[in-house]
Amino acid sequence: MGHPRRRLRWSMTVVVAVMAALVSACSSGPAGPPVLTWYINPDDGGQTEIAARCTAASNGRYTITTSTLPRQASEQRQQLVRRLAANDSSIDIMSIDPPYVPEFAQAGFLAPMPPAVEAAAREDRFPSSIEASTWQGRLVAVPFWANTQLLWYRKSAVAGMGLDMSRPVTWDQIIQAASRAQTQIAAQGVRGESLTVWVNALVESGGGSIITNVGEEDPALVQLGLNAPPGIEAARILRTFGDAGVAPPGFPTADEDTNAESFQSGSAAFMVNYPFIWGKATSAVEEGTLPQSVPDDYGWTIYPQVTPDRPSAPPLGGINLGVGAFSEHPDLAYEATTCIASPANSSYYFVSNGNPSSRPSVFDDPEVVAEFPMAPVIRDSLALAKPRPQTPYYAEVSGGIQRTFHPPGSVTPGATNEAATSLITAVLRKEALL
Amino acid sequence: MTTLERPLSAADPTAGNRNDKSRAERRLGWYLAGPAFAVMLLVTAYPIVQAIYDSLFDYRLTDPENSSFVGLGNYGVILTDSVWWTSFGVTVFITVVTVAIELVLGFGLALVMLNALRGLRPVLRTVILIPYAVITVVSAFAWQFAFSVDSGFVNSWFSWVPGVSATTDWFGTQGLSLFVICLAEIWKTTPFISLLLLAGLAQVPDVLQEAAKVDGATAWQRLRRVTLPNMKAAIMVAVLFRTLDAFRVFDSVFVMTAGANSTETVSFLAYRQTIERVEIGLGSAVSVLLFLSVVLISALFIKGFKVDLSQARGE
Repeated sequence: MGHPRRRLRWSMTVVVAVMAALVSACSSGPAGPPVLTWYINPDDGGQTEIAARCTAASNGRYTITTSTLPRQASEQRQQLVRRLAANDSSIDIMSIDPPYVPEFAQAGFLAPMPPAVEAAAREDRFPSSIEASTWQGRLVAVPFWANTQLLWYRKSAVAGMGLDMSRPVTWDQIIQAASRAQTQIAAQGVRGESLTVWVNALVESGGGSIITNVGEEDPALVQLGLNAPPGIEAARILRTFGDAGVAPPGFPTADEDTNAESFQSGSAAFMVNYPFIWGKATSAVEEGTLPQSVPDDYGWTIYPQVTPDRPSAPPLGGINLGVGAFSEHPDLAYEATTCIASPANSSYYFVSNGNPSSRPSVFDDPEVVAEFPMAPVIRDSLALAKPRPQTPYYAEVSGGIQRTFHPPGSVTPGATNEAATSLITAVLRKEALL
Repeated sequence: MTTLERPLSAADPTAGNRNDKSRAERRLGWYLAGPAFAVMLLVTAYPIVQAIYDSLFDYRLTDPENSSFVGLGNYGVILTDSVWWTSFGVTVFITVVTVAIELVLGFGLALVMLNALRGLRPVLRTVILIPYAVITVVSAFAWQFAFSVDSGFVNSWFSWVPGVSATTDWFGTQGLSLFVICLAEIWKTTPFISLLLLAGLAQVPDVLQEAAKVDGATAWQRLRRVTLPNMKAAIMVAVLFRTLDAFRVFDSVFVMTAGANSTETVSFLAYRQTIERVEIGLGSAVSVLLFLSVVLISALFIKGFKVDLSQARGE
């Protein structure tokens, strides 16, 4: 044991040395171009590749690294919101699911968009993509890719049904045809976001809207349109679905993946789903687990209409790019979004990852048409598509719909609409739990 | 977990000495436990106080500027909402069912562990403990996959059971979902309760058993009259710990049903208000109510059933 004072001096030296090391580690960041962190949703590696391409294209002005968010869109939102509420400066660019854009914008989580970037972001885009990136008349996010649901059918099963699939069909037509043929229609009945997607598409296709005063920032003043005739009609179609016996087994828990399976297996003759199911089938063929005759039997057309005289409003999905309000390099980040969503990168992303572009011009790319024979229908669908209700309280609205419209086969037109309206209104006024 | 019989200090003839000694012991106790106590205050008391404070505000994480004091308003909203009472009912149901079954099963396993052959004992104990070592989320996924209607094996293995067929959707109704959730919980935590009970069983003096045997008591009589009364404290501690644990059930519900079909528990409700809806005020109020429920359960056990917590620590 040494002298107490000497020991004290010795330990002080150690403390000072450690502190010095820490301080120097903090101050001397890596030399070189600023690093932009892009929070991405999980995909097949396309966004990471685009990050590398844009890093190369920037000629050393910036480096983009990616950081992967959780799988579910709602969980991606949770993580981003929690980080941004804590003023996280590590978020430079983020891939946002469109319905959450207003919440991010209203909370001040998105950096203001420079006019030049805005002009570029409005160029060559589907109106639905622009609408889904807008809050209170301002473009707040850059449309990256756009997704939509098609009506898929098995040509062999539909051949004898007497339906003309070259023209748009209505929900009632396919429900009746499937019921007569004792086959099923695979639709997303699970209590989740996909149910809201379905309800919204039905309401919009009937000419209504779930929220009638889009842009309202006070939750107590948000007005709902679920009780109007298009809302009642949407509930009626959901109910017929259960009554006609065309719902697949496990319908109350069926999501996009389960439905892709039952369509692939042939138990369902119809399905409303995103184009990813095409890639799923073709890669199963490549792996040798599925005969080529199955995807050859796939037919596709525009999303079903609610009434014969009104074009449908197919669901709109995809990803928009937001720039974090607390980023240290917002200008560079916006510059990078222009590169990420460029026509070349959009084409690459469509062909390699199966995610359709928000740019109509990309659908003329011969590579895209070769890989996705249904590309023209996707383009037509995106031109008709309507986003989900644009509100900063989207999670509440969607949660209220999921609670009241589930299970979809047993909703009561009128009563369910009434229940949904009063629940969502109470939740928005903070008078009820969700 | 072994126990030491300590000689009763009342047998000490010198009273003055005893006072000094116990004071010194008490001081030592504080020195030893003090730092841990301070850390506990920091990591548990602080968040609890913060939650109570937040629960008095209408506070949304994405809209901090419009936060306003609402007093006990959030509690009023929660306690008058059927959603809370449904979650509360489901939580009580899961707690009562799982703890009751686990207690019986756990006791059986503890007896097996105690009476197994010496060579077999370590292996047996390890095997029984395996489910407890599995992370709850992993076990929840495993049970969900087993019962899933499209990829699970339960429907084909148990198709001979009336009511089970290839299309039985285990997560489609409240009853069936709760059945699977309870099953997963029981499988996972029975080892914990059996471990605590094993400690209690080991405490029952052999002399008592032998005396009862000499008096001609049957195995059943020995269990009821000798074993159970002597390990009452251990049983109550095991039940208390498991009840507190079961009341906070979250993972299985989150993974298996995400609260669909009225399978939401109180902690899941708190999660959804705080994390999903980012309504920090409302969510904190749910958390505080959950905390109060747990405090009430503990108080009930400790005062009502006179549970001696020191038994669990083997003092």
